[in-house]
Amino acid sequence: MSQVRSRQSASRVITITSGKGGVGKTTVTANLSAALARLGKRVVCIDADIGLRNLDLILGVENRIVYDIVDVVEGRCQLAQALIRHKAYPELYVLPAAQNRDKTAVSPAQMVRITDELRPQFEFILIDSPAGIERGFKNAVAPADEVLIVTNPEVSAVRDADRIIGMIELLEKRPPSRLIINRVKAEMVKRGEMLSADDVTDILSIQLIGVVPEDETVLIAGNRGMPEPNSRSGQAFAEIARRLLGEDVPHTHTNASQGFFRRLTRLFTGAGARQGSVFDE
Amino acid sequence: MTVKDDSITIKGIREGLLLTLKAGSDEWSELVARLAARIDENRTFFSGAQARIALNVGERPVLPHELDSLRLMLSKRGITLWAVISSSATTQSTARNMGLETSLVADGGQLELPEVSSEEHGTAAILVNRTLRNGRTVRHDGSVIVVGDVNPGAEIVAGGNVIVWGKLRGTVHAGANGDESAFVCALDLAPTQLRIAGYITISPPDRRRKPKPEIAFVRQGRIVAEAWDG
Repeated sequence: MSQVRSRQSASRVITITSGKGGVGKTTVTANLSAALARLGKRVVCIDADIGLRNLDLILGVENRIVYDIVDVVEGRCQLAQALIRHKAYPELYVLPAAQNRDKTAVSPAQMVRITDELRPQFEFILIDSPAGIERGFKNAVAPADEVLIVTNPEVSAVRDADRIIGMIELLEKRPPSRLIINRVKAEMVKRGEMLSADDVTDILSIQLIGVVPEDETVLIAGNRGMPEPNSRSGQAFAEIARRLLGEDVPHTHTNASQGFFRRLTRLFTGAGARQGSVFDE
Repeated sequence: MTVKDDSITIKGIREGLLLTLKAGSDEWSELVARLAARIDENRTFFSGAQARIALNVGERPVLPHELDSLRLMLSKRGITLWAVISSSATTQSTARNMGLETSLVADGGQLELPEVSSEEHGTAAILVNRTLRNGRTVRHDGSVIVVGDVNPGAEIVAGGNVIVWGKLRGTVHAGANGDESAFVCALDLAPTQLRIAGYITISPPDRRRKPKPEIAFVRQGRIVAEAWDG
């Protein structure tokens, strides 16, 4: 990072966490970072999952890693030397995790120090938290101004998300948390076989910032190391990015939970048509 | 163990060792060095279960780099620092930011409750003015009133009654000291498990039911729930 721009705009440290593993934190972090970069924001994403790094892989920068976050902490390189610039999005940088160490190699205070050093240069600092409620999680949330909780519409993921929200509420800084429901299968919700977005927000009672539909293009894109902006889930991430920027973007995927006829009813009443009982479920 | 200097006292506690620094204006680096010397003199003492220490620094404000240096010194000797106790807000926040405990009470997510006294007749109650999420536990000898939800995985154990102004979905035990006249009521009574004194029950499995205020109590040897209409 040779040309360091000095911007005065306030930077935001956003931690993406979930409690439960495998709900898609890293995918969300990668896609959201890319979506923000596409909107012209200067973004850096930090992989806080030391020992199990993946973010570099999903973003396709794995082969360009020279230094990692532990090298920074232990003084083997400058922070700027460890940042990898994304080839497709020049405004997007990645600070990779170390692969041969564990979570204790970095302390919460050191995470705060790293983000403080990054703040003058970036508008968004996204931190990909490891699963769990231990040291790795504490590292990831220590510098957070805001937290995005990722969950899936299944009881165990929601239960763990609830625990994590409770723990964040106990932090001294109390960063506000918002919810991303990932991997929603509209068909299953419609058949009543999967929790709906409403069911999830009913339990967690925090603000919903986005619902991401299950989409295999995400998996394919992840394997290729490049987020896919034009897929359905890509659009969902673009919407979440715009909501992060304060835009009022209506939720397009939540009404999947309301069933086809009710959506149709809404569509018709919205267009000024009379609401007939024929549309009732 | 012979104690040579009295600036650091060492005491065995359930959670390992508690080291107390005497109040004074000694340089932090000096204290760390002295502590290192103490540990090196007594290698065998600071091993095993004793390799976990809590540090009481009194009212001394400790800054992040100071605590960092202490932690480094300890970790080089295979000793874990897990708690820093202090009356200084600076020290407390430094410790918390490093993920350390700031009290010796194990982190069970329990709310600390002061003693309650009142001149009114009735039982002492505490008011929990927030949603209790998964992993939180509230224990109280009197009654417990929650303004908010009690989520699955949260637990309330009360000597008296439990009143939830919200959805009760966690585990709840009223009359935990044996009071069979205790009751549990909630705007939506759907606990994972409900106990009153020695009786125990679970919610009927009808999902998609309409939430309604209900009160549960013991009648003729079993727990029953009725509409809660005052």
